[in-house]
Amino acid sequence: MTTVEPLFSQTALPLIVAQRLTMTFDAERVVLSEVSCAMRAGEFTAILGPSGCGKSTLLRLIAGLMPHTSGELTVAGQAPATARRTSQSVAFVFQEPNLLPWRTVSDNIGLPLELRGLARQERDRQVERSLSLIGLTPEDACKRPRALSGGMRMRVSLARALVTQPDVLLLDEPFAALDDVLRQQLNEELVRIWMARHWTGLFVTHNVAEAVFLAQRVLVMSRRPGTILADVRVPFDYPREPALRAAPEFAKLCGELSATLREAAR
Amino acid sequence: MKRLCSGLISTVLPPLALFAIVAAVWQWFVVTYHVKPYLLPSPLAVGAALIRDAPLLGSAVLYTGTAALLGFGASLIMGTLVAFAFSQSRILRSSGYPYFIFLQTVPIVAIAPLIVRWCGNGFHSVVLVATILSLFPILSNATQGLLQIDSNLLDLFRLNNASRWQMLTKLRFPSAVPAICAGARTASGLAVVGAIVGEFFVGYGSKRFGLGYLINSTNDQLQIDRLFAAVLTSTLFGIAIFSLVNLASATILHRWYDGPVEHRA
Repeated sequence: MTTVEPLFSQTALPLIVAQRLTMTFDAERVVLSEVSCAMRAGEFTAILGPSGCGKSTLLRLIAGLMPHTSGELTVAGQAPATARRTSQSVAFVFQEPNLLPWRTVSDNIGLPLELRGLARQERDRQVERSLSLIGLTPEDACKRPRALSGGMRMRVSLARALVTQPDVLLLDEPFAALDDVLRQQLNEELVRIWMARHWTGLFVTHNVAEAVFLAQRVLVMSRRPGTILADVRVPFDYPREPALRAAPEFAKLCGELSATLREAAR
Repeated sequence: MKRLCSGLISTVLPPLALFAIVAAVWQWFVVTYHVKPYLLPSPLAVGAALIRDAPLLGSAVLYTGTAALLGFGASLIMGTLVAFAFSQSRILRSSGYPYFIFLQTVPIVAIAPLIVRWCGNGFHSVVLVATILSLFPILSNATQGLLQIDSNLLDLFRLNNASRWQMLTKLRFPSAVPAICAGARTASGLAVVGAIVGEFFVGYGSKRFGLGYLINSTNDQLQIDRLFAAVLTSTLFGIAIFSLVNLASATILHRWYDGPVEHRA
């Protein structure tokens, strides 16, 4: 197991801390078993693991969407659900775009602000900013989701997550259903946006190249019950260019992680 | 426009052709076998009665139509509001729902005397019967629609710390609109039936009358050609109301919602 050096700043405190975190759905189904890890504020971490290993469950626990069974989990020193309600803005990007079909693109993006009670004018301003950040045109803004392609819908979903300027961004295999080229494009944009905004990012995926391209650090999880098998630092500098994917070091790291992942799935 | 025309022709023409064939056979049968007019009038006699009674039938349609529309509107609003309450509390739902099933299953004949006793004869009682008959499909569809929400969407709202009220108005209700529309389509037909049948039992005592009264009285007076004209008018009227609601719901759903839109014509 590789130890992780402080990547972002020596002084940044861990924002998300899990200690011996365990999650069981009923007596027999142990999904997560004694997971311990910490993510610093502003750090971009990828979680890699075979399907069904509890990656999504870990993300949902951090989001405070359900209570864990035992162990400790804190976000900014508080229980996740409390942190979400008080100090931290948490956004979640789901595997499906999950757009409301009866709302236009801009009304979909503005939803989180609307739920927070922001005035229409301020909302529109921020939606506009989010639209341009994610590469959507004003013409797209008044379309309904069903008029968009799968990739565009995912962009809208991402824009909706970013519109609140989240402190923590949780991404649950958001690009898994997209074709490879589109996935790579969106990965590049995600890196660009992270560099501009520096949210604390947790990106769940089962695609090794995606994890390596995006993150500063990759956690590899074992199959169910999920534990953390390896914690690997990704040494490449930002901004990461598409050419990085062709670099021999990139391929080497991907190869090593794939081997670990194969072991994990066994 | 061209597609609309051809669509209209392909949906309207076949049933009309069938109608013409049936009417021709019927006319031939009545003339050839000298069927007594008080058993089965000829289509031509019915047509004549239809023309002769047109003013009477027109005012009856207006009366029945108003009652049906008021009953339908009342059950649409009431059904949706009760479904709102049901969607917010499991206890309320499990304790209240059986009584609405009772409303659905009780024969209207059985409660008609009570309605007359409590509310008297007349227009308002007819509206009440139309409401009772059409309430359940809207209530059950709306309740189901409000409760069957994509769990990821619920999570999205929870993540943004949405209140119960926000969940209801911004997520549950808009998600339930297709289900409410489906309920409304069924309810619209039932409201017309309720308004006609209601008049049989609770509609007397007013100087104005609708299709139900007309059907009942022409039957009593053995004016079977007029009876047929009244029944035919009721049927056409029911189809018209149903089509109107169908069109309205298709318009709403087509503009706003994903997925297959059910078109029942």
